[in-house]
Parts: sequence; C-alpha cells; structure tokens
Amino acid sequence: MSAIAAPLPTVPRESFLTQGYTIGSWLGTRDHKRIAILYAISITLFFFLGGTAAAIIRLELMTPQGDVVSADTYNKLFTLHGVVMVWFFLIPSIPATLGNFLVPLMIGAKEVAFPKLNLLSWYIYVLGGIFTVAMLIAGGVDTGWTFYTPFSTMFSNTHVVLAAMGVFIVGFSSILTGLNFIVTIHRMRAPGMTWFRLPLFVWALYATSLILVLATPVLAMTLTLMVIERVLHVGIFDPALGGDPLLFQHLFWFYSHPAVYIMVLPAMGVVSELITCFARKRIFGYRFMCYAILGIAAFGFLVWGHHMFVSGQSVYAGMVFSMLSMLVAVPSAIKVFNWTATLYKGSIVFTAPMLYALGFVGLFTIGGMTGIYLATLAVDVHLTDTYFVIAHFHYIMVGGSVMAYLGGIHYWWPKVTGRRYSEAWGRVAALIIFFGFNLTFFPQYLLGYLGMPRRYHEYPPDLQVLNVLSSAGASILAVGYVLPLLYLGWSLFKGAPAGPNPWNARGLEWATDSPPPQENFREVPTVTQEPYAYDPEHPER
Amino acid sequence: MNATKGWILPAASDVAHRVDHLLFALFVVTGVTAIAIAIVIFVFCLRYRRSAQVDRSNAPANKRWLEYTWTLTPLAIFLAFFAWGAVVYAGFYGNAAGAMPVFVVGKQWMWRLEHANGRREIDQLHLPLGQKVRLVFATEDVIHSFYVPAFRIKQDAVPGRYTELTFTPTRLGTYDLHCSEYCGTDHARMGGQVVVMRPEDFARWLAGGGTRPTMAARGFETFRRLGCSGCHDSRGSVHAPDLNGIWHRVVHLQDGRTIVADEAYIRDSILLPKRDVVAGYEPIMPSFAGQVSEAEILDIIAYLKSTTPEPR
Amino acid sequence: MNARVVPVDVPWRRETASLGMWVFLATEVMFFGVLFLAYMHARIVDPQGFAAASRLTHEWLGTINTGVLLTSSLTMALAVRNGWAGHRRLVIRLLWATAVLGLAFIVIKGIEYGLEWRDGLVPVLNFTYSGAHRRAVETFFFLYFLMTGVHAIHLTIGVILVAWLAIRDRDPARPVRRRESAECIGLYWHFVDSIWIVLYPLIYLVDLYR
Repeated sequence: MSAIAAPLPTVPRESFLTQGYTIGSWLGTRDHKRIAILYAISITLFFFLGGTAAAIIRLELMTPQGDVVSADTYNKLFTLHGVVMVWFFLIPSIPATLGNFLVPLMIGAKEVAFPKLNLLSWYIYVLGGIFTVAMLIAGGVDTGWTFYTPFSTMFSNTHVVLAAMGVFIVGFSSILTGLNFIVTIHRMRAPGMTWFRLPLFVWALYATSLILVLATPVLAMTLTLMVIERVLHVGIFDPALGGDPLLFQHLFWFYSHPAVYIMVLPAMGVVSELITCFARKRIFGYRFMCYAILGIAAFGFLVWGHHMFVSGQSVYAGMVFSMLSMLVAVPSAIKVFNWTATLYKGSIVFTAPMLYALGFVGLFTIGGMTGIYLATLAVDVHLTDTYFVIAHFHYIMVGGSVMAYLGGIHYWWPKVTGRRYSEAWGRVAALIIFFGFNLTFFPQYLLGYLGMPRRYHEYPPDLQVLNVLSSAGASILAVGYVLPLLYLGWSLFKGAPAGPNPWNARGLEWATDSPPPQENFREVPTVTQEPYAYDPEHPER
Repeated sequence: MNATKGWILPAASDVAHRVDHLLFALFVVTGVTAIAIAIVIFVFCLRYRRSAQVDRSNAPANKRWLEYTWTLTPLAIFLAFFAWGAVVYAGFYGNAAGAMPVFVVGKQWMWRLEHANGRREIDQLHLPLGQKVRLVFATEDVIHSFYVPAFRIKQDAVPGRYTELTFTPTRLGTYDLHCSEYCGTDHARMGGQVVVMRPEDFARWLAGGGTRPTMAARGFETFRRLGCSGCHDSRGSVHAPDLNGIWHRVVHLQDGRTIVADEAYIRDSILLPKRDVVAGYEPIMPSFAGQVSEAEILDIIAYLKSTTPEPR
Repeated sequence: MNARVVPVDVPWRRETASLGMWVFLATEVMFFGVLFLAYMHARIVDPQGFAAASRLTHEWLGTINTGVLLTSSLTMALAVRNGWAGHRRLVIRLLWATAVLGLAFIVIKGIEYGLEWRDGLVPVLNFTYSGAHRRAVETFFFLYFLMTGVHAIHLTIGVILVAWLAIRDRDPARPVRRRESAECIGLYWHFVDSIWIVLYPLIYLVDLYR
C-alpha cells in the first residue's frame, strides 16, 4: 500500500449537467444523458401512481368483504395499476433510463444514432401519459390491462378509448427507443469494441430492442382494431358479426408475452454488471450468456398461447405452446447458473447494488420456476387466473426487474450525479424491500393454489389470513420504496464526490468523469480488453 | 361456505388427484433445486467474501461440459413435466362416453345450470358421486370462466361457441364455484357452490322440485314457436333439410366440405345460417340471432338429439 | 486504455440512417401483419363469403394501380441510382415522376372508393349489400378499407417525402447528403409498394373466375 493518500475526488466543474441550467436546455436537449434523466423523473412519478393504486387494492383485500371501495372502483384500480406499471413504468424503466444513459458510454460512442428521435420518444411517452392521466381523471377504465373483448368492445361503459389511445401512443415511444439502440449498437461502437467485447448490459438491451421494435407494432394495431370495433361496431372480434374473441387474445398476447421479456432482459443485463463488479470476477460463460439473451428474445415470440390454455383454443395448440414454453425457460436457467458460478472464487462485497443483484437471482429463480408450473398444462388449468399467476409475475417483475432497476440506479448513481449515496441506508432499504416483497407475494402463491381468483375484491373468509400477511408486506415494501427517494435525493446536495470510478469497475462508462462531459469522452477510446477484466485475487486493482 | 381446511384444498374429482400428483412433483423438484441454488449462493457468498483469506487462484471463466449439463438437464426435466401435464390435460377434454351432460350458461353475473331432465339451478350445481360429468359452457354476454378449485377444473365460456369439460366427482361435499375470467362489476360475486351427493340422493333431488318439462320438451316447444318446424318438417313445402336424427349425422356442405352435426354446428346454423349451407339447398334460412337465447338454443339442441333413435 | 481521436460524424451517418430505415420498415411489417392475420382468419372462417366479396371489387382499377405503383418504384430506384452518379436533372425528373405516379395511385383509389360508395359497400357509413354472404362481405370490406386506407396514408407520406427530396435537390450545393436520404426514402417507397403487392391478390384475385 502506498504511504501517500490518493487525492480526494471532486465533482468536475464541467459536465453534461452544467451545459445549460434552464428548463429549455433540458426540454430541448439532444443529450442522451439528459433524456435519460427526463425519463427517470417521469417513470418515477408513474411508479408512485401505480403504487398508490396497489396500496388501495391491498387495503381493500385486508378484509373478505368489499368494504373500502365499490366493485367498480376496485376494477378501475387494478386496471390502472396494470396499465401504468406495465407501459409507463416497467417497459421504459431500464431501457429508457439506464439504457439511454449508459449504452453510448459503454460502447465508447458520444451519442446515440438518432438524438432527435430520442427526445421525440420522451415527448411521445409524456403524451401517452397525459392521455392516461386524462382517462383517470375522466373516470378510469375497468377492463383490466388486458382489454379482453367483448367486454372492452361491447360491455364496458368506461373510458376504454382514452386508455387505449394512451397505450397506443406510448408504444411508439418504445419503438423509437428500440430502433435507436439497435442502430447505435450496430454502427457506433468504438474502435476495438467487437460484439464479444460488449458488456452483457449492452447485449441485453440489444435483444430487448429487437423485441421492442417487432412486438410493439402488433399491440398498436390490435388496440386500433379494438377501438374501431367499440366505436363503429364493425370488426373481427365480435361473434355476432362472424368474428372471434379469441383472435383478440392471440393478437394481444403475441405482443404481451414478448413484452415481459422486454421487462426482464434489461434487468438481467444490469445484474451481470453488478455481480461481476462486486465479486471482482469476470462473468462465467460469457458467450453462453450472450446466446441465452438472444435465445430468450427469440423463443419469447413463440409462446404466447400459454396465456390461453383454458380459453377455448384447441388442445393441440395448448400442447405446442406448453412445450415451447418449456424451451424458453432453459436460457433463463442457464443465466442463473452462470451468475452463481461467477461468485465462485470471487471476492465479494455486499454493497447495496450487490444486495439487489443477489436478491434478483433468488427471486427471479423462484418466479421462473413457478413459470414452469404454469407452463405445465394440467396444472395451469387449476392455477391460471388465480393469485398464483399474480405471485409468479410479481416475483419476476418486482422481485426481479424492479430490484435490478434499483440496483442499477444505486450502482450508476455516482456516475450520473457525481455523488455517492449513503451505503448504510442503501443496504437498509434493500433489505426492507427484500423482506417486504416476500411477505407481500409469497402468500399469494398459496392463495392461488387454494383457489382465490384474480381481480376479486371479495373473497371467501378463510383466505383472510394470507391476504392480511400480503397487505402487511405491501406496507413494508412501500416504506422500502420511499427510502431511496430520500437518501438518494439527499446525496444530490450532501453526498461525497464520487470521482470517475468509485467502484473501481471495468467498463468504458467508468473511464470518463462522473458526471460525464457532454460528449462522453474527451478522446474516443480504443478497446483492447475482454469485458469484466477483474482479478479476484487482487480486488483493489 | 368453504371447503378449504387451512392450507389444504380437497381433491374432489378424478382429475384433481392427477393434478395434485403433478403439482407435488413440481413442488419437490423445483423446491429442491431452488434450495440447492440458494445454498450454493449462500456458501459462495460466505466463503468468498472479501475479507476471507481463501484460495481464489485459477478461477474458471467457462467450462463447456458444465454449460451443456446445466442446459440439457433442466431441458429434460422441463420436457418431462410438459409430457406429464399434456397427458393429464388431454383427459379434461377426452372421452365423454357415458357422461351425464349439464349445460352451463354464464351471464353477468350468475351461472345458470341445466340438467338434461330440465331441472335448473342458479349458482349451484348438484352432481352425483362417481358419475362422469360433461359440462357444456355457453355465455350470454362476455367471457366468463367456470372454476371449481376442489375439482381442479376451469374452463372459459366464450361468446359465439360452446366449450366443454369432462370429469368425475370423487368426494362428497360442498365446494366453491368461482367465475375466474374478469367480466365486469360483480365478477367477484359470480360464484356459488357445487354439491356432490350420493347417487340415490342425487336421483331424488333431480326428480324433485315439481314437474317441469325436460330440456328436450322445452326445445320442441321453442322449435315450433319460432317457426322452425314450418320449413324443417318433412311434410313442409319449403325445401329445407330434415332434422330428424340430425345428431352426429355426417353433413355434406355446399362448398364441398363434410362435417359431423354437433352442438356447434346446430348453434351456427341457427345464428349464422348462411355460413355452412347444406349441399343442394338454397341459402334462404333467416338468422335467428337476437330472437333466441343461449338457453333456448341448448334446449333446441336437446330436442334434436332426442329425435335420434339411439342417444349418443 | 489507448486513446485515439476518430472522426465520428460523416462516414457513419449514411449507414446509420439506412439501418434505421430498415429497422423502421421491420416495425411496419409487424404493423401490417396484424391486418393480414385478421384477413387470413376471416377468410378461413368463410372462404365463399370472401370470394363473393372479392368479386365485387373493381379489379381493373386495382390492376392499373398495381402497374402505376410498380412503375413508380422503377422511377424511384432509377432516381437513387442516378443520384450516386450525380445526374442532378435526371434525378429530379425521376423523383417528380415517382411522386406524380404515387398521386395517380391515390386518385385512382379515390375513384374506386367512390364506386364502392355508390355500390353501397362501405361498412358503417353506407352498407346496403343484402346478398347471401352479408357478414363476410361486410368483414371483407371493413378490412379492405382499413388496409388500403392505412396503405394510402403511408403512400401519401411517401409522396410528400419524395416531393421534398425533389425540391431540395434543386440546390446544387448538396452532393453528399442527397445519396443517403434518397436511399432511405427509396427503401420506404419500395416497402409501400411491397405492401400493395401483397394486398392486390388478397383483395382482387380471390376466386376471380368463378
């Protein structure tokens, strides 16, 4: 160890944050880093909107009777929760915030391929959000986030059209983000940054972008057809007109199943970055991880019918989709094993990001395994449309994606802001979230097996104990989610300066200042190393 | 009214037992795997924490054989569960020979159930122990789903078609019935009970409740009232297919296709008569959409079935 | 880490625009794909009805329009190719030819819509067909107006883009950028043409000679 202390890091005087302080400089920016921050603020607002709906739902479910809100209000609440959390939080979360900020940095580029389209995507997101809030203020929608026909086209008397328009519009935000990433990653990598030197976060976002651009247009057109049928009473879903309600389900799930991989693949990318850095070890099986990412994206398009095993689709279709669903589970399993193997002979520290990453691995494993239950035909008959499914997807989307998102926020917080946050509070929040999450959602697996259907605001009395446990967990989870707002916000003013590389991490984003200059790198780097060139025997290097 | 005792859900049908076996196997395999992974992670985190002085040399960056093993092993296990699940699943829709039919019509927000002899129930279903049951589902409005957790059965009722399910109740008792496809305001209240009785009690129950016409008798009434017999009577002057003995008859259609007359065909012929016109006939039958309810269509089907010399 | 200053702007720009356009066209394929699937489903459900409906379309106008659009793709391709060689006046004429042909398509389509209105084949607004396959015909024409309408919107955007290109190219001081934006707009134009080539048999040629 050197006897002379290294100089304390300082926040650089000039960075992308200092290039203009006016609102106009933010609202008219073409800087991918500023756009990422605009997205981060917007999705946080929507997260708490969707979270408030969830809080009221869990409050209602503390008692078997429907005594907090009316049935119609409850139906609007779970619809709002789904619509907001899926389209206005989860789908944009990691790609549009962490992805927008980091992809050019990680590949050594100074910008994305289409900066103006990037800003446009944020404005489109905001416009979609305005439609959704308008729908909420006008009285809400009660079809469920899945908009099944004929309830949505012929029977609901709520603001279906407004809601569909909000989702339709925000879909284009997704498409533009995905398009930008694909072209950026293909064309703007720094010299020496070959495909197999890319960080797994970039691979994950690349695969996510493929899904974004190919699946989202299907949703757009499906919602259009639904709205046309609702408004004009012609269409293809109404059996009285010779149409088929199941056609809607096929079209809807053709998008919505790949959509769940949009929500989880970026999270897997984040986890790979966190585990390698905090175990000081290169990822185990890098190439298999890349192929697994691509495999998840590809197979994800082939399994949509597993949402429809009891819908009236043919038995043979059910068998095909069940088998394909088993195939899509395999690459996810590969990733879990590879992350575990990465820990072997590593040098592990349990920072807040690492706690989130380990939490992801555990909770994603449980959620993924319950996916096998649901992919198994005869078992799905009993479990589908019950709380088992709700527990399954919340384990993956909240226990998985949200935890990875938070882990990434903490990990890259010093890079974005130039400040360190309180590591002690970070760990406390991570543990509260982990505990609160499990208390909220594990009982729901049991509720589902015992036969409690979803979208119910009343339930048989002897299921109350499990529901109360779940609601108690939700209140703890809420505390866990509010804490980061507080200590991260505090760090903006009082946090210690971070310096370019507070974690001593590998990756091009750490080779520039924190916060980075507007053009990202003062000189374009040339890449000569494999990714994750860590040495667990010498963690300080 | 509930049949769950703590964490145990009774298995009250033949398929329930098979599903529970499969579920238990899934639970054991995934549980053991999850615990194993958790233990490995925990051990690695403990052993290789930063402050620990252990041997970290020559950490492998990949091992092909390991990757292939943990790719192919889960694949084999998952496919085994697929196969097992597919076989049990096929049993839900299989062989309905000798099954007692019950016709279920869902509508916002209640279930109307009708036995073949005409006995109707609302939000309740009485069944005899040990008798195979074939439930046929229809809906008057939106998609509903008939879910009896204790039987491990669930089937969506979809507008515009019939869906069905076959199983045998194996345990006496009263079990919850829920609607499990969101259908609007009172979706959570669209439930009821299924009562499994001893066969002799069921027979008494079925015959009780006063005299009423059977489904077939009601169907015949409707058949006349709507004017169907005006054209489809063999003595009528209009050239229309004779429907006596139509049930499961092979029908040759105008476009060259050949189908077997089942419930769906009869329903479509009433509501969308221009779609599957019989070869050699003009497409002059008017549609009765809007004039006949799902329940009445089921009655007509029961009547037409009864014109077949041997019930199938 | 070695560092080397690399000019990042111009040589990469053309390739990013063109790849971006290909990705965008992939999204458009998925967008139209839903309509093709809906058509396929409805046609399988009632093939006779669809055949009857297709016989009510004006296949002569459809065929002329196909020729118009294919020719416009030819002029567009020649414009892009000659753009590389720098034959400015020829390129501008070819671009205008493309735009005019596109407009001609839209006009002919408008005439066709007018004839369908006269025949009472417009669902919701003016549908008076009462023959044997009423439901299938209504579904067919619903899909017809939706698919050709969405296609026409895309074509109109294409015409505007091509006209913009022709006007911008009058300025002699723009050699480099012309090549990449022309190529991108050319790709878009060919895509719109390809969609029509799929629509043409689906609309006009079902069981044509019965």
